[in-house]
Amino acid sequence: MSERSLQGENLHLWRGDRHVLRGVQLSLAGGECLQVTGPNGTGKTSLLRTLCGLMYPEEGRVLWAGQDVRSDLPGFHADLAYIGHEPPLKVDLTPRENLYYWIGVRRRISRPELDDALERVGAEQWRDRPVRTLSAGQKRRVALAGLALMAVPLWLLDEPTTNLDAEGQRLVGKLIEEQLLRGGLVVAAIHHELPVPGATLRRLELAHE
Amino acid sequence: MSEYPGDTEGATAALVSAVSTSSASPLDAARLALSRDLRLAFRKRGQLVQPLVFFAIVTTLFPLAITPELSRLRDVAPGVLWVAALLSSLLALEFLFRDDAYDGTLEQYALSGQSLTWLLFAKTAAHWLLTGLPLALMAPLAGMSLGVPAAAVPGIVASVAVGSVALSLIGAVGAALTLGIKRSGALLSLLTLPLAMPVLIFGARATELAIKGGGYAAPLQLLGALAVLGVTLAPLAAAAAVRINLE
Repeated sequence: MSERSLQGENLHLWRGDRHVLRGVQLSLAGGECLQVTGPNGTGKTSLLRTLCGLMYPEEGRVLWAGQDVRSDLPGFHADLAYIGHEPPLKVDLTPRENLYYWIGVRRRISRPELDDALERVGAEQWRDRPVRTLSAGQKRRVALAGLALMAVPLWLLDEPTTNLDAEGQRLVGKLIEEQLLRGGLVVAAIHHELPVPGATLRRLELAHE
Repeated sequence: MSEYPGDTEGATAALVSAVSTSSASPLDAARLALSRDLRLAFRKRGQLVQPLVFFAIVTTLFPLAITPELSRLRDVAPGVLWVAALLSSLLALEFLFRDDAYDGTLEQYALSGQSLTWLLFAKTAAHWLLTGLPLALMAPLAGMSLGVPAAAVPGIVASVAVGSVALSLIGAVGAALTLGIKRSGALLSLLTLPLAMPVLIFGARATELAIKGGGYAAPLQLLGALAVLGVTLAPLAAAAAVRINLE
């Protein structure tokens, strides 16, 4: 557990002629949570996508357990979960089917495990309804169930509390707290305060030029 | 835990986190990617039958437009069947990756730790099962209305089946390249059609020989070679294109 660490070294990212990330430095060890804040358009999403290897920084590198992630991208991806703005769900499938396929591609899961995760996020009433009939908050909850099921050390979350009610936001806090207790790492782009103990929380503030 | 009044979820939480995990084998991952697409297709049947209806309409309009005389129809039958098959498989291509790009499925595939090439190959296989195979089964029926003899049926089925494998794979590259573009239909055809020409030529030739009762093995083998080439190269190219699109 202890050798888990994520570092961003001098990350520069350009989108067209916009210099989005300008020498971002970050370092995170097991059991720590990094809260990325900043006004809209300052590159929070770009930073997360750069960290998970979807975007290639023009300069700098991302290190996972001391290794450049480019040297073994599939291995790095097997250790991380990234949830973007929109929960990656198929509207024609039910929450159960969605998780079965989405998580099943990554690792073996059993049906009880899946049902437990859905129950945990309060989905037992609507787990067999097509996702198109669910509210945005319910979809977000299904995504949270998926996040917990992936059982990976690194979480990269883009606005994980969007559309969630007060209880749902507490659930996010609780999931993050458990992840940190397991020695996992969390990077979350989030506007308001994360409900996790301050000792493990670090902050990164992005700003406009 | 005092921050979470009324929380009774602790026990389940421990259960979820304590489970030991074993990663899915590439074969499992491909099977799931394929069965997900099949299940989705049967949830959206309209999208599934659209190319097949198009194929049926085009091939049945020809006798009305040209002549009901079977001997003359038989001469144009290979061309009609293959142009219709090519266009209807093109029609189905737009849906191949589009929904997955919108809802983030492709992103999750790219971040799954599995080979994206392999997952896209599974997706393309599902696409062929849903469009190429039904087209191959429908082609003899359409052929009947164009005066094709029953003896030609195996040749027609074989050539459309093998040819559509190549078409699906070529199309997958085009669909992946045009992912970022809205209303990409025209560009997709422009990109895909030149690459699909050899399939059209050899497919129509195999069908023609089958109708005339000659040996159609040579063009069929060339179609097979194109399909094998597609299997080896197209998923790699499609995966590279998808990655660029995700960036």
